[in-house]
Amino acid sequence: MSEKILFTKEHEWVVAKGNIVRIGISDYAQNELGDVVFVDLPAVGDRVEEGEGFAALESVKAVSDVYAPVSGEIIAVNEELEDSPELVNESPLDKGWIVEIEIDGGAQLGDLMNEEEYKAFLKEA
Amino acid sequence: MRYLPLTSEEKQEMLKTLGIESVQELFEDIPGDMRLKEDLDLPKGLSEAELVRHFHELAEKNANLTSNVSFLGAGSYDHLIPSIIKHIVGRGEFLTAYTPYQAEISQGVLQSIFEYQTLIAEITGMEAANASMYDGASALAEACLMACAATRREVVVLPRNLHPEWEQVVRTYLENQNVSITYLAFDPKTGIIDLPSLENIDWDEVACAVVQQPNFFGLMENIKPVKKLVQEHGGLLVMAVDPISLGLLKSPGELGADIVVGDGQSLGNSMGFGGPSLGFFATRGNKLIRRMPGRVVGETVDEDGRRGFVLTLQTREQHIRREKATSNICSNQALNATISAIYLSVLGKKGFSDVAHQSLQKAHYLKQRLLQIPGLSSPFSAPSFKEFVIKGAVNWEEINLRLLDQGFLGGLSLARYGLYDLVLFSVTEARTKEEMDNFVNVLGGLVG
Amino acid sequence: MINKTIPLIFERSTPGRLGYQLPNLDVPEIPVSELIPEEYLRVEEPELPEVSELEVVRHYTQLSRINYAVDVGFYPLGSCTMKYNPRVHEDLAALPGFANIHPYQPESSVQGALELMYNLGKHLATISGLEATTLQPAAGAHGELAGLMVIKAYHTHRGDGQRTEIIIPDSAHGTNPASCAMVGYNVVEVPSNERGAVDVEVLKGLVGPKTAGLMLTNPNTLGLFDENIADIAEIVHDAGGLLYYDGANANAILGIVRPGDMGFDVVHYNLHKTFSTPHGGGGPGAGPIVVSEELAQFLPGPVVHKDAGCYCFSMPEHSVGRICSFYGNFLVYLKAYAYILSHGSDGLRAVSETAVLHANYMMRSLQEYYHLPYDRICMHEFVLSGKWQREYGVRTLDIAKRLLDYGYHAPTVYFPLNVEEAIMIEPTETEPKSTMDEFIEVMRKIAKEAKDNPELLTSAPQNTPLKRLDEATAARKPILRWSK
Repeated sequence: MSEKILFTKEHEWVVAKGNIVRIGISDYAQNELGDVVFVDLPAVGDRVEEGEGFAALESVKAVSDVYAPVSGEIIAVNEELEDSPELVNESPLDKGWIVEIEIDGGAQLGDLMNEEEYKAFLKEA
Repeated sequence: MRYLPLTSEEKQEMLKTLGIESVQELFEDIPGDMRLKEDLDLPKGLSEAELVRHFHELAEKNANLTSNVSFLGAGSYDHLIPSIIKHIVGRGEFLTAYTPYQAEISQGVLQSIFEYQTLIAEITGMEAANASMYDGASALAEACLMACAATRREVVVLPRNLHPEWEQVVRTYLENQNVSITYLAFDPKTGIIDLPSLENIDWDEVACAVVQQPNFFGLMENIKPVKKLVQEHGGLLVMAVDPISLGLLKSPGELGADIVVGDGQSLGNSMGFGGPSLGFFATRGNKLIRRMPGRVVGETVDEDGRRGFVLTLQTREQHIRREKATSNICSNQALNATISAIYLSVLGKKGFSDVAHQSLQKAHYLKQRLLQIPGLSSPFSAPSFKEFVIKGAVNWEEINLRLLDQGFLGGLSLARYGLYDLVLFSVTEARTKEEMDNFVNVLGGLVG
Repeated sequence: MINKTIPLIFERSTPGRLGYQLPNLDVPEIPVSELIPEEYLRVEEPELPEVSELEVVRHYTQLSRINYAVDVGFYPLGSCTMKYNPRVHEDLAALPGFANIHPYQPESSVQGALELMYNLGKHLATISGLEATTLQPAAGAHGELAGLMVIKAYHTHRGDGQRTEIIIPDSAHGTNPASCAMVGYNVVEVPSNERGAVDVEVLKGLVGPKTAGLMLTNPNTLGLFDENIADIAEIVHDAGGLLYYDGANANAILGIVRPGDMGFDVVHYNLHKTFSTPHGGGGPGAGPIVVSEELAQFLPGPVVHKDAGCYCFSMPEHSVGRICSFYGNFLVYLKAYAYILSHGSDGLRAVSETAVLHANYMMRSLQEYYHLPYDRICMHEFVLSGKWQREYGVRTLDIAKRLLDYGYHAPTVYFPLNVEEAIMIEPTETEPKSTMDEFIEVMRKIAKEAKDNPELLTSAPQNTPLKRLDEATAARKPILRWSK
């Protein structure tokens, strides 16, 4: 995707294309989590509210929720993750994408960071 | 105290290391006014010999099934137990191990649980089983909760011919999570689920329907209509089965069940006044498997590529997911699972099928003999396996006391569940023709 | 331990081989199809192994040789109380008058069993300073479930059903919140203060009209006795909540202080920890609960009472119901009864005093080598941190695995969660001093290895039947059974 990548404080990345956003987790996040062994995906058609955990990434001994940066409807999930959860580790920003959400009319993306701001945020943390 | 190895010399050395005079100083964090000022009001400690004598005295106050001939079942069964089981599980390496957290030095337990899971999956015809639950009733309760979580629904359908005490356990668990229960009536003529009553249920709301096979009365249920209705509407079919019956009856897997539970006592465990036994729990499909409660052992490899086993799918469990865990269970019934695995292994294909076959034949023999006694009849018409109900207008609890005087434990009087005149008999391969003939003669005398 | 993989029992199978023989059928045989309609009968035979009795014995004997246990060696697994399990208890549990009795026998024919249950309940009540016992729960977590149900029933019975929250310290075991969820309670976490105890000031702000109760392990999971327990009890009681005692660490307080005297209303004991019933590789355990007089009416049943010299079952008046098929793990709690009778009051107090002395001795012997986050008297166990070793690129997991090379079981690691790189050690009272001294020496040696040769730790274990196992692959592509 050529669109600009943005990041949340919970370490998700977001790429918006019109009123559709694709969401995954950052390289930093996958590294902290360790080997992802299972991705608990939502169903297409599920509604999500901003700030709500809609998917869970499981490593051997931890679970990490993925939070929605915006309210809307899940219109696609990365089904490849069902059989190959390791894609989240190997290609977090590309093949390891998690869902696509169609943003509700009127809803806005929250306060997100661009790549440089996110790098600075990581340094601070 | 005989199990405390500390000598007074060693104690002094330790106190010296700690720079204190007395052990009491170690308890200073406990507020003084809370600490006990006097001894606990307990009997004086016993030596080993005194202890053994006391336990023999208590044991002798119980009529045991070694000296008496029993026809009691209803969830706890007098099946034959191969002698090697006690010798194997008496080994300290199995008996005194904790949960296999350190896989490199716990392969014995891990592999035996992996084999247990396989054996349960095989007999139930399911894809995967967990490492065990507490018992059949709690396994059924957890199966219902799992079905609710998997379907995001809050209605569970239970048949009225489910073991009444299992029903009570399920109710206790479900009530606390605000899950409601809808009951299926049974046909008073056949004793199995009343098919017309299936129509009265709003299946779109139902998380799962439970069928006990054979049911509490020992009768075989017709699974297909229930399965069709519940699954067509997006619910799950949960079967509670007697594992011994699976040597003969169609497996729940073949019948299309989504979750299968049961009590594993009859797989080599002593009755032990009801426990410890184990609950087995099996399911199919990746999604449901990842929602299973309890521990699960999986196969993997070590750094050198050698096959080994580990506790796996741990993110479902309480120590990681905490309040979001699939269940709170941690300790299970691992040693009983090992017992069941040894049982199924040593019986093998033929033995397992023989036990079911002989139980069936002997139960039918006794049933026919009892029905020859004037005044006794068979209230239900559906086919039965190793248990059956007899009707007779007598006080079965009193009859049982008189039978006991003659060395027999009679069937379970169902008056305790409001089913007067009915008594539930159980016959296993352990009964002999002679025992049954004697029993019929004695009972005939008491009933007549 | 032997260093090779052992075939699965299925891989030892030879078609036609038998391991057990039933007596010949002695009743007239009727064709199965006349008894059961064809459509009910199994078509696919289960793939059970076909092996001889000797093969089964050898299989399990070989498996036993690659399994660690208390009978094999020192097992300092914190919070699990891996003490010696007296062998005579196995003889007692195997007596036909216990092992071979049926749960539905007439009560008059099981008076010995009921007497045992009654007395055990009474003794547990004495030990806890509370009133009434149920032996139904099959394990500690099952006890928690039962206890929380009782708490919920109490509030509901009083028409106080809006209480939906249970307060739990951040150091609590994961079962506590999981059990709350199973009875529909929400969890509110209270942080620990700098002494490792409940932060009383924060607690004051957390309690309120929604508080159903507080669950506490005392000594807590850091092995520390919470000195403020009286204040904590008062705060929770004043807010209308009840106090639940998680008995996981009761080995520190037998005959010294009673949960009832600390202000607790409900207690569960892990009989497979404190009262020495064997763990069996993960169970069976037993987790009876004991409650105050006021709560007795809500206990799960049946319970045993005494009536004109006879013992009988009854359901408490407002019982929450049954939670297991019959009466709990009878043959397990029978061993706890034997343990209590063997020890008596003096013996039980000696158990706790010795357990606490042992733990303090080991803690002081190791604190120069490993970071001790809470430097104060500990109770029956203590928590170190591997954070000094982390500087050398060594994690607590590596220390644990290196211990396996030296022939020990590892302590509990990464728990409690509020200590970084936690190492929780519980020696128990039944270990000889010599064993503890050897273990201390090894721990010191490992601390030195971590500095001088960290590779020895990060590549450990090397002397075990298998090396480190690939848990990620196991969880990604679960293989949960053998297939033909």
